[in-house]
Amino acid sequence: MASKIAPFVFRSAFRSSRVASRSQWRTFTASTRASSDVLHVHRDTPDNNPNIPFKFTEQNEKLINEILKRYPPQYKKAAVMPLLDLGQRQHGFTSLSVMNEVARILEMPPMRVYEVATFYTMYNRTPVGKFHLQLCTTTPCQLGGCGSDAIVKAISENLGIKVGETTPDGLFTFSEAECLGACVNAPMIQINDDYYEDLTPESIVTLLDALRASAKDVEAGKEAKIPAPGPMSGRKTCENSNGLTSLTEEPWGPEVFRKDL
Amino acid sequence: MLSRHAPSPKAVSALSTRILPTTAGGAARLPSSVSPAQQRRGLATVQDAPPPKRTYGGLRDQDRIFQNLYGHHGADLKSAKKYGDWYKTKEILLKGHDWIISEIKASGLRGRGGAGFPSGMKWSFMNFKDWDKDNKPRYLVVNADEGEPGTCKDREIMRKDPHKLIEGCLVAGRAMNCTAAYIYIRGEFYHEAAVVQRAIQEAYQDGLIGKNACGSGYDFDVYIHRGMGAYVCGEETSLIESLEGKPGKPRLKPPFPAAVGLFGCPSTVANVETIAVAPTICRRGGSWFASFGRERNHGTKLFCISGHVNNPCTVEEEMSIPLRELIEKHCGGVRGGWDNLKAIIPGGSSTPILPKSICDDQIMDFDALKDSQSGLGTAAVIVMDKSADVVRAISRLSHFYRHESCGQCTPCREGSKWTQQMMSRFEKGQGKAREIDMLQELTKQVEGHTICALGEAFAWPIQGLIRHFRPELEARMQSYAEATGGTPLAGGWDHDALRQGKLVAPGQ
Repeated sequence: MASKIAPFVFRSAFRSSRVASRSQWRTFTASTRASSDVLHVHRDTPDNNPNIPFKFTEQNEKLINEILKRYPPQYKKAAVMPLLDLGQRQHGFTSLSVMNEVARILEMPPMRVYEVATFYTMYNRTPVGKFHLQLCTTTPCQLGGCGSDAIVKAISENLGIKVGETTPDGLFTFSEAECLGACVNAPMIQINDDYYEDLTPESIVTLLDALRASAKDVEAGKEAKIPAPGPMSGRKTCENSNGLTSLTEEPWGPEVFRKDL
Repeated sequence: MLSRHAPSPKAVSALSTRILPTTAGGAARLPSSVSPAQQRRGLATVQDAPPPKRTYGGLRDQDRIFQNLYGHHGADLKSAKKYGDWYKTKEILLKGHDWIISEIKASGLRGRGGAGFPSGMKWSFMNFKDWDKDNKPRYLVVNADEGEPGTCKDREIMRKDPHKLIEGCLVAGRAMNCTAAYIYIRGEFYHEAAVVQRAIQEAYQDGLIGKNACGSGYDFDVYIHRGMGAYVCGEETSLIESLEGKPGKPRLKPPFPAAVGLFGCPSTVANVETIAVAPTICRRGGSWFASFGRERNHGTKLFCISGHVNNPCTVEEEMSIPLRELIEKHCGGVRGGWDNLKAIIPGGSSTPILPKSICDDQIMDFDALKDSQSGLGTAAVIVMDKSADVVRAISRLSHFYRHESCGQCTPCREGSKWTQQMMSRFEKGQGKAREIDMLQELTKQVEGHTICALGEAFAWPIQGLIRHFRPELEARMQSYAEATGGTPLAGGWDHDALRQGKLVAPGQ
């Protein structure tokens, strides 16, 4: 018997001493949250809970009637996306009350509305700043121009916030966006609905300063001057910045068409 | 490209002399009038005069369809009419659907959204047997959910030539006997949607669409639906789902949308560029459009060149234009000259990357790029010079696909996350050479096992990277191993992780 136990004892004793020599203290960690996406579950907060009433304004009610005409009457729920967008524009973000109101108007189960609101990234389910800066950092923007990395750095330094944060004054929310479809004018940023293209670290700072000034003007009751969207480098749109390489001749009209029409 | 695959004439003649040695007997049987060059022909080959060598590219301005690409004139109806839009649309509509479809078929137009399916054939699927006995509405859905990284052509059409798109809806809608068209514009394009909406209102007021469109007795409506930022909604069935007010998750096919599509009715989804060129093809003739580009790759195409070129731009060019000519003629060349080129993604993010050696003599059309194991996609050329970090570029694309996967099919939802995690490790070289093969195998397991093409879309760039830049990946791993003092374990753990006790579960 001893011959059977002894090897085991020797072996396990050696192992336990080896294990004991290791530092066993480890922190508990949870998997990190993807920074580009927000939580998909709702938690009641003081500014976002089902008890906050929400009503569309009279003007928006008219718009809703217009929107509903576009879809077949038995498919009213097709209007859920435009209606949520309208609610977001009125309320500032897509709160739970907005979703519930849309569900009531379209006579669909609220869960179907929540599904839609969580699937699409343009519905902000948490409040965002007055200016929502969405910087495109996908490959073409990462490569083109001065590169989006330089722009990220310039914005973070200027505002003192990282990607995904809002400034304490509630003026700017800075987030990273996937390809926004203006790759020829890279790097570019979407601020609320406007595209600002062909950025440089200098031009983005002047842009941010102008936006700050416009917010102050609004507070003072003056007319706000928001810089015109488009390329910041002086080129008009998507043409070669060094002069046109095509479409330089006189444009054609109906004279080139076939005669047998 | 073609020259690399087709054997050169010299090689063929050498082959035939080996098969048929030019002995005196063989030569004596030939008529005496043949030239010495023809004596070397083998067996029963018919030797025609060699076809004249045709070069592509150098499209003339009078053949460009999108004349307003650079904002030469306004987007309003009056200037659109001045430059040929809405010219004799009534006559085109009155010629009927067979005539329009035959013109499109004759033009050889292939879908411009990426897959390159022949448009004439696709449209003809809508006019199936007994279609007119069905009184259901029929829809044309225009896919303006342009989200493929590198692509920005539809945006230019919508904000500068909206009347081409609306007239295209009417003409294509007539060809498919549709009752209405929905234009699904991606949500970020707010101003573009506003321009198109204004153009639609102008067209309604002018009686060009709506009841009795253009006075042809045909009723046709055009509506706009704005998306809300989901790349996957660019897929046709998920676009339909999204239009119906649901999350944009692709549907299984069959039934194809031509049978059961939007709101359960027959419908067809087509790209903006495909629709916008249709009226011009009908007016200038299918043969005019077919005179550009190589066989089976006819027409003109909008190319968007971004990345490391001196002057990135969007330009309309002939199909089959050599890649090098496209970049040097229209974009001022690669930064630092052509020799500074490292790699090019030829057709939007989901097509495999090509190294410089292939780019040198690559021509830009569907078949030639398929032969190089890549694809034309949406013709969005992303250029990378030697300063670019190719691994990081592809890793960023993996991040994009992980973010945009709708989460419906497991291979794509999980695979896109795994590949993104592996790629972000490979960026630093944190991995084993064996893991490159694992990554390759993983992408192969995803391909073809998902409902929509997003599975392929995230697998292909990685496969392209491994195919052409494996030495770079391995070199990076080697330098990381040298810096940390040993090859990392699988999963990116440091080589001494076991000794540090990191690979033991707490309490074990």
